[in-house]
Amino acid sequence: MDLVAIWSGLIGLAIILYVILDGFGLGIGLLFRSTRNEEERDIMMDSIAPVWDANQTWLVFGGGGVFVAFPMIYGVVFSALYIPLLTFVFGLIFRGVAFEFRGDSTRKEPWNKAFFFGSLVAVVAQGLTLGGVLSGTRVVEDHFAGGPFDWLNPFSVTVALALIAGYILLGSTYLIIKTTGTVQARAYDRAFRAAWIVLAFQILVTIWTPFHYPSALSNWFSPPRIYFIWVFPLIGLSAFYEVVVSLRKRREILPFVFSVVFFFAGYLGLIASVFPYVVPPSITFQQAAAQKETLSFTLWGVIIVLPLVLGYTVYSYTVFRGKVGTERYY
Amino acid sequence: MDVLLLSRIQFAVTTMFHILFPVLTIGLALYLVAVESLWLVTKQEIYYRMYRFWVKIFAINFGVGVVSGVVLEFEFGTNFANFSQAVSNVFSPFLAFEILTAFFLEAGFLGLMLFGWERVHRSIHFLATCLVSLGAIISAFWILAANSWMQTPAGYKLVNGKFMVTDFSDAIFSPSLFARMCHMTMASFETSVLVVAGISAYYLLKGNHPALFRRSLGIALLMAVLFVPLQVYLGDVSGRQVFHHQPTKLAALEAHWETNTAGGAPFVVIAFPDMEAERNRFAIDIPNGLSLLVTHSFHGKVLGLKEFPRKDRPDVPILFWSFRLMVAIGFILLFVMIWAAVLWWGGRLYENRPFLRTLWVVHPLGFLATEFGWITNEVGRQPWLVYNLMRTSEGVSPIPAGNVVWSLSLFLIIFAVIGTSYFYYVLKTLRIGPDLSSPLPPVQRRAGMQPLKAKEKGTR
Repeated sequence: MDLVAIWSGLIGLAIILYVILDGFGLGIGLLFRSTRNEEERDIMMDSIAPVWDANQTWLVFGGGGVFVAFPMIYGVVFSALYIPLLTFVFGLIFRGVAFEFRGDSTRKEPWNKAFFFGSLVAVVAQGLTLGGVLSGTRVVEDHFAGGPFDWLNPFSVTVALALIAGYILLGSTYLIIKTTGTVQARAYDRAFRAAWIVLAFQILVTIWTPFHYPSALSNWFSPPRIYFIWVFPLIGLSAFYEVVVSLRKRREILPFVFSVVFFFAGYLGLIASVFPYVVPPSITFQQAAAQKETLSFTLWGVIIVLPLVLGYTVYSYTVFRGKVGTERYY
Repeated sequence: MDVLLLSRIQFAVTTMFHILFPVLTIGLALYLVAVESLWLVTKQEIYYRMYRFWVKIFAINFGVGVVSGVVLEFEFGTNFANFSQAVSNVFSPFLAFEILTAFFLEAGFLGLMLFGWERVHRSIHFLATCLVSLGAIISAFWILAANSWMQTPAGYKLVNGKFMVTDFSDAIFSPSLFARMCHMTMASFETSVLVVAGISAYYLLKGNHPALFRRSLGIALLMAVLFVPLQVYLGDVSGRQVFHHQPTKLAALEAHWETNTAGGAPFVVIAFPDMEAERNRFAIDIPNGLSLLVTHSFHGKVLGLKEFPRKDRPDVPILFWSFRLMVAIGFILLFVMIWAAVLWWGGRLYENRPFLRTLWVVHPLGFLATEFGWITNEVGRQPWLVYNLMRTSEGVSPIPAGNVVWSLSLFLIIFAVIGTSYFYYVLKTLRIGPDLSSPLPPVQRRAGMQPLKAKEKGTR
């Protein structure tokens, strides 16, 4: 049983779960900018109020997982990406407290801004982090040895912009499920526009990646990847097509579902391109892994507890299923 | 200002800000479990109204606690990457288990607790309250396990500067964990019930909603009168743990310079320690006091700070005063509890205005004591990150100091904004007061329920 492979899969799963679950939450925050009235904003916030905190916890789990399983990566990446990671945290702070503070305010405008800017800062910082990791980190004797701004370059900025569009897509398709009337109608509109922008960025980033990250190209065109790597763009394009079609047909759940598939395709394609280097270009999964006893002890904990966590998470979503009603949480 | 000092300051700022919120979360959650149990068992509407009032404070508090907590998980990696990489085999599972068994539990059921009133049955809602409370306590357990491992490491072996785990149960249940867990959990309970008591006392002084706040105060004081003396005892247990396992910390916080070879070690009540000269100025001490305190015998030997090289000694003035201030608060609260017991015996508990005013004045002291306690704990561990094994200076990230100047400045500004807003909204919630008139959600209405009496609905 390859503990390293299992942990890689687990962390990969935690990351994509976080991206989807907090993706629509952050997306809704981004959409705050273009709302028309306070009632629309109330409804949008209430659509995620009971679940945003649990959604965000997947991020903490992903980070914790990296710390457990690949401590060298934890140390190197967190030192290298100090500035974008803490910027991300600053964004999350404002986004998070906006829920409670806005709910208690009579003048909601400052917290509307906090919710929007907090979400925006968090999303941009995430993009810069991802782009930064793909841009490579200097590692000397297992420790970070580069500069504080290595992550800042046109590629990572583009990834950040792509993520903004992507989360707006997730947020607006989620709103389609949870809302009715004008809010839902506007969500259809924004989702449609976001989908095209995401496609454009996805193509741009896909073409750019091998220029920025040279071994991607050779990875793509050599066995065994050459046999299956084309599956991901294919699924991605089909998912995009289905998103647009289901939006046109005013379907309620399918747009979100296919947006998620679209994200998955991009994510898996990315991993397939850089594997086995976790922190491109230099550290492999195996090199960065922790002591075997640590991996197995913690894995037992995960095997026992995670199904319970997933169980009550699903339960929570079931309790709060359906359209945002007239009762206001905030 | 080098990256080490800046990172230490930043970690101190972020943890000292964050800790204030879980303390109230842990304690108030327990209080809410008590209140909701009373609602379910007695069917008196007043308990439902009490719950819905105090949970508003809980919700504001929880939110700030979560966002300030996420900071800390990142901060191990951003500012102390070398530490993280060296200890991860032993240390990181603690955090992973905290996330798995505590954070997900709290976050997962918080939504039900705050917003599920109309959607789930009473018993499910009560379960949610209990699980949020349990999640908070489990979280404290894992964090204290992690911290205790840093203070009294166990279950490891050191191989070329990297910690390898040899036994996880030894590592988790390190020598100081049990004492620390009890002491910190009790600190949370004590601090929170005093907050409830103080706020209730304030309302009683003003004469607003007397019935609801008499009950709130009564339940809070009943808990406080148990917790406060117990905490004094638990403090002693913790102190003796420090004596056994961290002699430099004990010697420093007691400003005890010379090992006592003939006779007992004196307890220094007040002094101005001089680290350079290795002595205390203007000391007032109690003969044999320290020996009695930590060894439970009049002439027990207590190692003095001069036994240890200067580079291994923590900062004595900071420790000496933070420890004493924490203990002083503990005893002030003890006297207030004795007063409460006397008043209750005489049947004058809720009417005695000086007592109510005192409760209002002392109610934030639990937070102060907690901060002083943590300062003692962490500054006392210096210069070590892992006691006697890894120095703080060895654990910092390989990053420029400028990074930390940037982040520290932002943290200070952000915490100032968030902290002020927090107070503003809590005070606003208190000013608005409890909601006694909104209709009960259908699932909460019961046969045989005792509604609020007419006089309870009024303000005077």
